[in-house]
Amino acid sequence: MTLVCITVASRAQDPGYAFHAYLSALASVAAVFVILNRYVERPAALPPLEIAGKPNYNMGPVKFATVAAMFWGIAGFTVGVIIAFQLAFPWLNFDLPWTAFGRLRPLHTSAVIFAFGGNVLIGTSFYVVQRTSRARLAGELAPWFVVLGYNFFIVIAGTGYLLGITQSKEYAEPEWYADLWLTVVWVTYLLVFLATLWRRKEPHIYVANWFYLAFIVTIAMLHLGNNASLPVSVFSPKSYIVWSGVQDAMVQWWYGHNAVGFFLTAGFLAIMYYFIPKRADRPVYSYRLSIIHFWALIFLYIWAGPHHLHYTALPDWAQTLGMTFSIMLWMPSWGGMINGLMTLSGAWDKLRTDPVIRMMVVSVAFYGMSTFEGPMMSVKAVNSLSHYTDWTIGHVHSGALGWVAYISFGAIYCLVPWLWNKRELYSLRLVNWHFWISTLGIVFYISAMWVAGILQGLMWRAYTSLGFLEYSFIETVEAMHPFYIIRAVGGVLFLLGALLMAFNLYMTIRQPDAVEADTGARAPSLVPAE
Amino acid sequence: MAEAATKKTPTSLWAKHAFFEKNSIWLVIGILIVVAIGGLVEIVPLFYLKSTIEKVSGVRPWTPLELAGRNIYVREGCYNCHSQMIRPLRDEVERYGHYSLAAESMYDHPFQWGSKRTGPDLARVGNKYSDEWQRQHLADPRSVVPGSIMPGYPFLARTRLKAEYIAEDLSTQAELGVPYSPEMVENALADLRAQADPNADADALDERYPGAQQRDFDGNPALLSEADALIAYLQALGTMVDFKLYDDKANVR
Amino acid sequence: MADIHAQNPHAQDAHKHEVDAVTGVSTTGHEWDGIRELNNPLPRWWLWLFYACIAWAVVYWFAYPAWPLVSGYTSGLLGWNSREAIQADLAALHAQRAAFAGKLDAASLEEIEANPELLAFARAQGRAAFGDNCAPCHGAGAGGAKGYPNLNDDDWLWGGTLEQIQNTILHGARSTDDGGHMGDMPAFGRDGILTRPQVFAVADYVLSLSGHAPEGATDLEAGKQVFEANCVACHGPDAKGNPELGAPNLTDAIWLYGSDRDTIVATVTNGRGGIMPAWSGRLDPSTIKALTVYVHALGGGK
Ligand code: HEC
Ligand code: HEC
Ligand code: HEC
Ligand code: HEM
Ligand code: HEM
Ligand SMILES: [Ca+2]
Ligand SMILES: [Ca+2]
Ligand SMILES: [Cu+2]
Repeated sequence: MTLVCITVASRAQDPGYAFHAYLSALASVAAVFVILNRYVERPAALPPLEIAGKPNYNMGPVKFATVAAMFWGIAGFTVGVIIAFQLAFPWLNFDLPWTAFGRLRPLHTSAVIFAFGGNVLIGTSFYVVQRTSRARLAGELAPWFVVLGYNFFIVIAGTGYLLGITQSKEYAEPEWYADLWLTVVWVTYLLVFLATLWRRKEPHIYVANWFYLAFIVTIAMLHLGNNASLPVSVFSPKSYIVWSGVQDAMVQWWYGHNAVGFFLTAGFLAIMYYFIPKRADRPVYSYRLSIIHFWALIFLYIWAGPHHLHYTALPDWAQTLGMTFSIMLWMPSWGGMINGLMTLSGAWDKLRTDPVIRMMVVSVAFYGMSTFEGPMMSVKAVNSLSHYTDWTIGHVHSGALGWVAYISFGAIYCLVPWLWNKRELYSLRLVNWHFWISTLGIVFYISAMWVAGILQGLMWRAYTSLGFLEYSFIETVEAMHPFYIIRAVGGVLFLLGALLMAFNLYMTIRQPDAVEADTGARAPSLVPAE
Repeated sequence: MAEAATKKTPTSLWAKHAFFEKNSIWLVIGILIVVAIGGLVEIVPLFYLKSTIEKVSGVRPWTPLELAGRNIYVREGCYNCHSQMIRPLRDEVERYGHYSLAAESMYDHPFQWGSKRTGPDLARVGNKYSDEWQRQHLADPRSVVPGSIMPGYPFLARTRLKAEYIAEDLSTQAELGVPYSPEMVENALADLRAQADPNADADALDERYPGAQQRDFDGNPALLSEADALIAYLQALGTMVDFKLYDDKANVR
Repeated sequence: MADIHAQNPHAQDAHKHEVDAVTGVSTTGHEWDGIRELNNPLPRWWLWLFYACIAWAVVYWFAYPAWPLVSGYTSGLLGWNSREAIQADLAALHAQRAAFAGKLDAASLEEIEANPELLAFARAQGRAAFGDNCAPCHGAGAGGAKGYPNLNDDDWLWGGTLEQIQNTILHGARSTDDGGHMGDMPAFGRDGILTRPQVFAVADYVLSLSGHAPEGATDLEAGKQVFEANCVACHGPDAKGNPELGAPNLTDAIWLYGSDRDTIVATVTNGRGGIMPAWSGRLDPSTIKALTVYVHALGGGK
């Protein structure tokens, strides 16, 4: 492996590609070293599956993913803030290739979705599947391979964007070799997850795991379909996507919309289904709703892709399907919201006392809001205005900041004390601060983008009374300036909140261990004993 | 366990779901079937329905220089701000020109329709401005458009275009169905150089790629730069179909 | 197969008949890591809204193009499609403008300018087209920039009458349009027609024509001779320019490229050849007519 990488590196047609090949060589040397080391120092037996009748959970990879998520989150938000300021003050592009908006924007989207979101999903899924199956994670090396391999993919993808190595397919920018590597990692992920389910001691598979499974399986399918490509040569980072033109557009948004549906929705719903009932210590509201909304959601989501292609050269019939299925998707989406919110019935007072619960509940409310807004924007008449504008950006971030990031923050706030065996978080007051600062940030961000987007859309189509276009394009660009500043300030607040969080978590980990704790098998006191 | 659930629930239908909850493999298979349907129904017909891509004359594959320029467009991520898809809405048609046809991007691997218009649509920007303007604008957008928020790309005009492997790019695309003939592949590098050289023989190029524009695009004959390629691509965008001859009525679909 | 392990000796039977104390709703009897599920029914309003959305979708499928078939697709009872819709929309727009547009098309450029109503209409149309097509070069206020002429003043390269302006817009200058204005100023220095000292001399002479004090000691007489031998053909004996050739007036204070000595030396050394695109292919005749009037009426029209 190392040798292959070095050979490729030495003959690479592009210095950035050579850099990646050397990086891979280094990683494979490190991996071989670690494996050998483990082999030499191997304990007499594999870690036991159970200790004293209780599952011996494997939380190492979960800890790693949690720390990685926090790290990438802050990195991704920082890049978000940078590009937000670039749109307000273009000199911040610095006229350099690797600092230009066109390269940094995909860095932002990938860092927040795949690096931050991905680590949260992998980490929590490994945690949840163990606890709800009462079984140790399958494999010893495999889970580590998944988290380390996934983060290696992120490093390759991210540095690639800066070096100009990209397929320019939204949310699927990494080039063919990174895509291939991710495929290997992802298949291992699926196997680890499934094999852990096979070990489970509960007769039924918990609803969170249905969602995790749908997320893992569907993302695999989408990734393979959308990234099908032919490299120009093994010595070149460049490849051409197999699809072209209108078919490529459809495949891209089949992928892109369902990256939203399965990565940013199904996966995070799984998080919701475990962490909200757990933290609130309440049963999930309705089992039957879970069933209906799960199957309806995954069936309907797949169809909605064409709402990203309204009024384009995609045939009208496909646009109609995209629009109608998006409308039908509204209630299944709200099913998740209802199950999340109503789980709190009987425990609403916790909203006042526990800022972590508050964060997760607000996140579910944002989920409800963006899944109402989404179907609305899918209506062609609305989309003819909103498409191409900052309204889309507002919608994205009400989902991304409000839902995805908030539910992740909530889950991480829960996880860290559990994983590191602490009694409680270092400071709930800091969580409270985090909540309010970042909520203010979100409000700044999305309200600025809604106004900006609708204004932009209206200006583009504005006609004078004589029947001529009223504004030139550049006038609409200039009109966005104040909103871009407000948005950037909102981003700064959101980032500040995340920094507070990182500090809080760091201090939590440094606290002395919870007294009554007994290695990982049981959660600390906040969580009800089994 | 199934019996337990039956007792609890009013209908036994709900109990049936235990099947998926107890069999992870069936759960996976169920998920796969359910998520496969929508994609198949929406994607597969696009490959066989004739009406998907209308018949138009004039659309040809990119010349090697234009393709190299397109690869720079892809590399720099211009799609993050620019769409290449004019929708059939009256303000767009008035601002940018005839709405985009599926045929116009049928050789684009990948498509670059974009989803955000921070800058204007570029589907028909070809020949709208002079090369000189494009060069100035790429190097320093605010020098020509004071209110612009586009990044400057001054390095493009300074950087030599790496084109040694352009024939491999063409042959790869040929394998994917772009009608590049073996002759085009063979002459790729020569064609690329000829297009950026006002003194080179233009006939062979024009025969292989009808309508290709030939000149030194970046105003610096001494260097075949990345700006040469990118401007050649920009100047070709949307110029292939002659809309004076195009019949809107015949292509209603 | 996989779920053999699931047979758990201490299964959940303990929870079987449990009723949630807070809500009084029974649970499903399962428990995972302390999490239980209530057996609440589907909320009524939720279910009905879901049905309503489905019903709406079905109706929509009948009305509009929707389902792909083997060799076509269901095209919908309304017969709607996006490409006919845009034609209809544009037709309606043109109808809205028709009252004036018809008169505009029928009138000559001069008649348009003479009729205040038509003039206002043409300027409104011209302004709209100018912003997206011309302003990137000539500036939002048509004030021009280095290499891109100011269209507000009464100094014209290719002539400032309505006809001349329309001609420039239709065909451009040094554009891809064969009918356009052609002709470059030669690269006197680069092509070796003039020596370096001659270039400097003529540059100083040109400067003196518009009353700029030549910098440094120079021989204006030598410059004058070079000018008369090489430049009058285009810029004219009085250096007042020639709109036939696009040669600018060199005696006024208006400069396309700049009035400092270095710029003039550069112009004489390399020529310029600024390109103005032709718009006859991109903009329709009535828009070009309107633009002509708009530009003419900016202030400097002749
Ligand atoms: C930050 C967003 C941004 C990025 C990235 C960007 N542009 Fe732009 N672009 C703009 C804006 C805003 C305008 C409109 C103002 C102007 O003309 O500069 C524009 C205008 C243009 C125009 C003129 C279009 C017209 O019809 O007036 C062209 C051509 C262009 N850009 C090409 C590119 C290319 C090529 C790239 C990539 C190398 C690129 N742009 C990257 C924002 C961007
Ligand atoms: C790519 C840049 C560019 C664009 C876009 C452009 N022009 Fe020009 N225009 C020029 C240049 C350069 C000249 C001067 C040509 C020369 O030096 O001879 C010019 C000259 C002119 C002139 C002649 C000025 C004179 O002094 O005789 C008129 C009139 C004019 N443009 C109008 C327009 C209009 C109207 C539009 C929009 C429909 C437009 N231009 C778009 C670059 C441009
Ligand atoms: C073949 C015709 C021709 C001849 C001969 C010619 N010019 Fe020009 N000149 C032009 C044209 C056309 C332009 C406008 C260039 C443009 O718009 O790109 C011009 C522009 C200029 C300018 C720039 C004016 C400004 O406003 O910035 C100067 C200075 C100038 N000429 C000086 C000279 C001198 C000195 C000579 C003789 C040595 C000369 N020209 C000979 C055609 C000519
Ligand atoms: C500090 C917080 C953040 C800031 C300041 C920020 C800023 C931005 C900016 C400026 C853009 C580009 C918009 C444009 O092109 O006009 C963007 C795009 C995007 N961001 Fe963020 N962002 C933040 C957090 C997030 C998070 C947490 C997520 C996801 C979990 C996210 C997901 C996205 C996506 C998906 C896009 C692309 C949208 C599209 O193409 O329509 N962002 N962000
Ligand atoms: C029922 C649910 C939803 C529907 C029907 C929906 C619909 C839409 C629509 C119509 C667009 C605009 C497409 C365009 O005009 O270009 C869009 C964009 C987007 N939505 Fe949603 N949305 C939903 C939920 C969500 C959620 C929960 C998120 C979570 C973060 C999300 C993330 C995004 C992103 C990232 C984009 C931008 C894609 C791009 O252009 O780059 N959506 N959505
Ligand atoms: Ca990819
Ligand atoms: Ca060159
Ligand atoms: Cu979508």
